[in-house]
Amino acid sequence: MDRREFLGGSAALAGATALPGIARAQSSELSFFYPVAVGGPITKLIDAYAAGFEKENPSVKLKPIYAGTYQETIVKALTAHKSGTPPVLSVLLSTDMFTLIDEEAIVPFDDFVKTDEDKKWLGSFFPGFMANSQTGGKTWGIPFQRSTVVLYWNKELFKEAGLDPEKPPKTWAEQLEFAQKLTKRDAAGNVTQWGIQIPSSGFPYWLFQGLSTQAGAILANPAGDKTDYANPGVVEALQYWVDLAQKYKVHPPGIVEWGTTPRDFFEKKVAMMWTTTGNLTNVRANAKFPFGVAVLPAGKKPGSPTGGGNFYLSKKATKAEQEAAFKFVRWITTPERAAQWSADTGYVAVTPASYETEAMKKYVADFPQALVARDQLPSAVAELSTHENQRVTKALNDGLQAALTGTKTAQKAMEDAQAEAERILKAYR
Amino acid sequence: MTNRATATLHGWLLLLPAMACLALFTHWPAVASFIESFYSTPKARRPARFVGLDNYQQMLADPIFWKALSNNFWFALGTIPTSIALALLMAVWVNDRIAARTLVRMAYFTPTILPMIAVANIWLFFYTPQYGLLEQIVGLFGGRSTNWLGSQDTALYAITIVAIWKEAGFFMIFYLAALQAIPPSLGEAAAIEGASRWTFFRRIQFPLLMPTTLFVLINAVINAFRMVDHIVVMTRGGPDNATTLLLYYIYQVGFGFWDTAYAATLTCVLLVLLALVAFVQYGWLERRTHYQ
Repeated sequence: MDRREFLGGSAALAGATALPGIARAQSSELSFFYPVAVGGPITKLIDAYAAGFEKENPSVKLKPIYAGTYQETIVKALTAHKSGTPPVLSVLLSTDMFTLIDEEAIVPFDDFVKTDEDKKWLGSFFPGFMANSQTGGKTWGIPFQRSTVVLYWNKELFKEAGLDPEKPPKTWAEQLEFAQKLTKRDAAGNVTQWGIQIPSSGFPYWLFQGLSTQAGAILANPAGDKTDYANPGVVEALQYWVDLAQKYKVHPPGIVEWGTTPRDFFEKKVAMMWTTTGNLTNVRANAKFPFGVAVLPAGKKPGSPTGGGNFYLSKKATKAEQEAAFKFVRWITTPERAAQWSADTGYVAVTPASYETEAMKKYVADFPQALVARDQLPSAVAELSTHENQRVTKALNDGLQAALTGTKTAQKAMEDAQAEAERILKAYR
Repeated sequence: MTNRATATLHGWLLLLPAMACLALFTHWPAVASFIESFYSTPKARRPARFVGLDNYQQMLADPIFWKALSNNFWFALGTIPTSIALALLMAVWVNDRIAARTLVRMAYFTPTILPMIAVANIWLFFYTPQYGLLEQIVGLFGGRSTNWLGSQDTALYAITIVAIWKEAGFFMIFYLAALQAIPPSLGEAAAIEGASRWTFFRRIQFPLLMPTTLFVLINAVINAFRMVDHIVVMTRGGPDNATTLLLYYIYQVGFGFWDTAYAATLTCVLLVLLALVAFVQYGWLERRTHYQ
């Protein structure tokens, strides 16, 4: 209580000293929460960005705070919001948008976009990423560490199986056919090498959304108040996934762990894997064989969800703090910096312009696989995001896992998930 | 009289810091949770309002709650007796004059001091199909490959085993301390009488260890209900809630769904459960544990 009064007092004092009419961001330190979700020296990179920004803007003092995983970061940010002193800026999942709006924790960026130059900047992002940043005609989040699901394949194992090591599967049928050729069994019938692996622990909905999009289904409406889990396309997509494991036995049975999937790939226990493009740098460093990266194979059409984190502005921060934070967001999303960030981490650079920079051209000349995630963006859809996002997503996750472990049929699992989502979302229409 | 009053005052003053902390961090949250469980979850546009028993009705109709409760029951049944028996066995063993005694004691105690998140990550790889440690051992004997954490039939067992591994070493320390507090003269007398090793354990050591067993049992029960860390790392309650325990579900409802009122309701159930267990243990078991 005392601390809040103290902070309020100092903010008022700072406001009083600011020149009238000009918002100046000298009041206090700008706290900035961010998570780390992939390998690599992310904290060091962020600190370097903050220092670089302060050098150009001496009046602003940035204070980046590493807050754990995405889940831990939103818990901390929302708890801080409820106690009255949230971070001015935070990087949270793009799918948390509706939750943050419902909690009245964030303000849209539109109020800060004033000049033509600002407007051009707002329009410069890949539209695929903005789908999870805008709702109701407002922009609530600015894309930062964003990704898509891509297919990695082991060229060595392709050659052994008599496949062209330069040609990844292009369709569902090809994917199954390749996987059958790539699955090896010993004399006792035990599988020693799987054809394909799609992880299903933690957030199975995200990878599944690749399949459901390819089947032509969209899991939730843009307003985030209606899901379509029982759509025949969704059931068909789930059936394909279940069949890979249970009917054709080219995919490991049961739940496949997200965290150990890259290791399975390095150990040559699996020839093709689906995972985030954010793992690119990790795979590049650890795979001891030539590997390829491709857009996901198409069903009725190609498709993948986007994923990852956005910048959000706290509603409880002062106007001056928000202005300063906005300035930082604009600064860090310039094409050069977005390109650098992409090369350092494997995340997709958030604007087309950053792919035109010298730094990026040099990076992809040496490592063309880095372009795949960008090339997939035109067919990418918004990541599943609704009101009460965690709960509505859990309904789908539970259904997926039930079908994959064989306790429910695909049809029944999706019907149950839809019924549960319907119950939760009714209040929001 | 005034002297006595001063002494009383001093006594209370000395107790005050601890009492304030206890009230602030233990009693008040429990009471607040209980009150909150009768209100709806406050939202930005909709403040909390009194809803009576609605949250409890929601809970009774919630299949995941029942699943978590039954999972927790089997988990407790799986961990408590096994870890206590193992702890006793290990303690009796390392209490003897065996070779490399210090080393063995240390090895047994190691799981307790390791951070659980790191350990859970290592166990994750033990359980990995195909090339995990467990798989390789099973493979040596020609067993079939199993997806231990990814199958509804085995996931809860896999989680239970990690908990036993973690707990047994911790409880061993208490047993070891208690064993060393038993006067050596008893052992000497038993030796003179010609009692076997087993008789000595059954008739002398085990009864004298009963107060320790009670203490360990209470800890084991509490631990069985507050287990959350390695579930977060290894399964996140999956597949399809097969490893969701009560506290993990409370965490998920409270900090994943931000449904604080429902989380408070679930918390009350957990508190009542633990209170019941404590009542049985202190009110009934304790009177029968002391060797006379």
